[in-house]
Amino acid sequence: MTFAIELAYWQQTIIKCIAVLLCVLLPAGAFVNLFLFKMVSFMQSRLGPMEAGPYGQLQLLAEVGKFAQKEDIIPAKADRQLFKLAPYLIVASVLMIYLVVPFGPDAYFANLDVGIFYALAVSSISVIGVIIAGWASANKYSLLGGLRAAGQLIAYELPMVLAVVGVVIQAGTLNLQGMVGAQANGEIFGFGALGNPYILTQFVGFFIFMVAAQAELTQTPFDMPIAESEIVAGYMTEYSGMRFLLFFIAEFASAGAFAALAATMFLGGWYLPGLDLDANYMNVLGPLILFAKIIVIAGLIFFVRFTYPRFREDQLQRFAWTFLIPLALLNIFVTAILKVVF
Amino acid sequence: MPPKIPGAGLIKGLGVTFKEMTKTVFPNEGVKKLIPNPTRGAHTVQYPHEKEAPPTRARGVIALLEENCTVCMLCARSCPDWCIYIEGHKYKAPPRREGGKPRTVSALDRFDIDYALCMYCGICVEVCPFDALFWSPEYEYSEPRIADLLHDKTRLGEWMDTVPEYEPYEAGSEAKVKKLPKKGAK
Amino acid sequence: MTAVSDREQLNYIAGQAADARVNVELETEGMTLNLGPQHPATHGTLRIIVKLDGEQVIAADPVMGYMHRGYEKLVEVRTYPQVTTLVNRIDWLSSFCNEVPFILAAEKLMEIEAPPRAQWIRTILFEMGRISNVGLFLGEMGLQLGAMTAAFYAFRDREYVLNQIEAVTGGRFHPNFDRIGGLKDDLPKGWIDETKRVMSRMRDFCDEMEDLLVGNEIFEERMRGIGVIPAEVGLSYGLSGANIRASGVDWDIRRDDTSSPLPYRDLDWKVWTHPDGDSFARYWVRLQEVREACNMVDQLVGGLPSGPIMAKVPRIIKVPEGEAYVATENPLGEMGYYIVSRGDLGPFRVKIRSASFNNVSITPWVLRGVYVPDVITILGSLYFILGDIDR
Repeated sequence: MTFAIELAYWQQTIIKCIAVLLCVLLPAGAFVNLFLFKMVSFMQSRLGPMEAGPYGQLQLLAEVGKFAQKEDIIPAKADRQLFKLAPYLIVASVLMIYLVVPFGPDAYFANLDVGIFYALAVSSISVIGVIIAGWASANKYSLLGGLRAAGQLIAYELPMVLAVVGVVIQAGTLNLQGMVGAQANGEIFGFGALGNPYILTQFVGFFIFMVAAQAELTQTPFDMPIAESEIVAGYMTEYSGMRFLLFFIAEFASAGAFAALAATMFLGGWYLPGLDLDANYMNVLGPLILFAKIIVIAGLIFFVRFTYPRFREDQLQRFAWTFLIPLALLNIFVTAILKVVF
Repeated sequence: MPPKIPGAGLIKGLGVTFKEMTKTVFPNEGVKKLIPNPTRGAHTVQYPHEKEAPPTRARGVIALLEENCTVCMLCARSCPDWCIYIEGHKYKAPPRREGGKPRTVSALDRFDIDYALCMYCGICVEVCPFDALFWSPEYEYSEPRIADLLHDKTRLGEWMDTVPEYEPYEAGSEAKVKKLPKKGAK
Repeated sequence: MTAVSDREQLNYIAGQAADARVNVELETEGMTLNLGPQHPATHGTLRIIVKLDGEQVIAADPVMGYMHRGYEKLVEVRTYPQVTTLVNRIDWLSSFCNEVPFILAAEKLMEIEAPPRAQWIRTILFEMGRISNVGLFLGEMGLQLGAMTAAFYAFRDREYVLNQIEAVTGGRFHPNFDRIGGLKDDLPKGWIDETKRVMSRMRDFCDEMEDLLVGNEIFEERMRGIGVIPAEVGLSYGLSGANIRASGVDWDIRRDDTSSPLPYRDLDWKVWTHPDGDSFARYWVRLQEVREACNMVDQLVGGLPSGPIMAKVPRIIKVPEGEAYVATENPLGEMGYYIVSRGDLGPFRVKIRSASFNNVSITPWVLRGVYVPDVITILGSLYFILGDIDR
């Protein structure tokens, strides 16, 4: 980051830490408030929370306060160290995804050359956290949930990576900042006024990415790891208080992270057509634009989540291996051919 | 049956929830069509702020018209879980006519209903031969302690004010509409 | 094997023993999972002990009785008018339907018959009870499979039916409206028009469920071919109601009981069956039944005869000595009361045949070999009410 005032390394680090926390908590809070409290309520002909604050807008704070004062219960037979560790692992994995998401021409935490590769890699760390949580709880429901999560997340990692490959081929870079640039400057068959948001050319990739993200986030129709009517709450069954809150934050923050990745890769990231790509004001405007795009994509995720029933574990695997992965491979193949031809 | 397009059902499902959402957010018709008003569109009743009006026949709470009660104990005996407690005594009242015999009148000392036990079946109201018990649609009488749900005759008498008039019957009915006795008639 | 030497033979034996040890160590042990008595999927306190191999069920054993309230014994120390208020609580989603067979059995013993208007209103409330009960199932099934929204729609529209029931009987859940020889009261003014509106609303609700769930590929994937009950197995376990009609058995007490005083034979309606016998068939049959019930209520309120609602009945009801069994087609299946009377104020003995008890007793048979998520699907589609199992 280039600052007008030269800051010491530790000062920069503190600023970055606060910024990352903000990046994680802001979308997560917005999702809970906007989608989980209100949009879903409207879909179900009800109003949602109305008492805390005007139109229930302070409900989120009330919820956090509620979780904060709850007793932190650790089951007697649980593996205490691992039980305590698991939620932090999951949250850490989410925080690490945000590191590579660009918010503006100069507003980013790290501009890695292998950005998207890194993001998908660290997003898998949460699987370890989930398995640890499921195993350490010493609860059969948790164990089932953890194992289901492991199988599901591994199965959907692959189509997600393959879906991204199409974008990478088209953009010619693994760097997320580079992808934003490529979309801004791209053109579709000589028509360049809109740039080329890859959702237009890579709509198959976008579809696969969103399905896989839905599965990675364990949202319905892929929410078997926490299927409340079958295995109570899956790997979260035994957690309470702040630790449960961490799981909860991680769930919504990772929804934000995947929405941010999708927005960056398919919707043009922090850039809107007609704006100056390198101007300084984009460092302020860019995050807002990206945030708006994140909200749109997350809206889609939650819209689907509250409409569909869930798959069965084996049906989910079959769907991944017999439909999504071949489709993703075909997509790569076609993209590569077109890339060479044009 | 025409062959199904894969995914058509999924899209239709999204359509249903989307339609319900727009119905909730934009319940207005005509000019104000696109002004969001979920408070009207949603089916939620914001309970402490707005209240549902229960129908006339709603069995909310049992009210007692004390002067009609003759301490005959029919209600207490026919209660399926025996939650009505009645005590009374008899006294000699002066005769109605000059020179007549003094009348024996039953006075009600205690008439308690334990609403923690009551099943709201309404048998006591039905068996009362002297129209002393009535259903009121009143429902806001919850108590923090279960023992406080034992209500005495003064409280039951206060509910008498909330008893609505009997409603008319649907066409084709041969039943007569009953009249609510006025308080203090006797 | 022919042993060349002692040494070779000893080696062979040692090798066999080592293999055996490894096999013993690798043998995976089944896991026993307790679904319930406190579990989000069993609506009530049903406990199902499932033995699992991975996620596959080897054996399932339902344990009932966590909510046993002893109705058959309680009823023995109550008078006849007091019984209806108790039996309301058996199947709490369609309480009025519980009263009807008891009253009919008592009337049969007393040899009195309620006037036609009372019978028609009884049937209206009976079918509205079916709508409020099975209508909830239509949404509840979505909830079992993870589609939360469907359940909210079900609760929302069921509210209108309950309001109508409350407007007549005074009780939303526990009407206690049926009396020996008739009904407690007549319909209030304006009720019929409102009911017609509510019925058209319930039809919209059925269409909505059809779009949201029945047409949904995920829903079909989860329901089709899951928990198939062949007709003969279902009959031998004593299934009744929509569960057996979904297996292709065309049997409905409403139509087949010709001696019943309820005016079903005056109506134009159809008994729906489905040949498949799987969870989807059970859902589909119930969906059609709710629609059919809406049509029936429309016909009933349209052709309601005028007249009294109470036959001549003595003020103190004493049922003459004798025994009678009357069953009706309740939302969950056949529900019947076997009353033994000794001529007292109350019944001497009452045997309650409730549908859910038999419906749930097929679970050990039907759950064998399915996956854990299917356990929930099958339990949901068999549709039981805990109060109806335990009584």
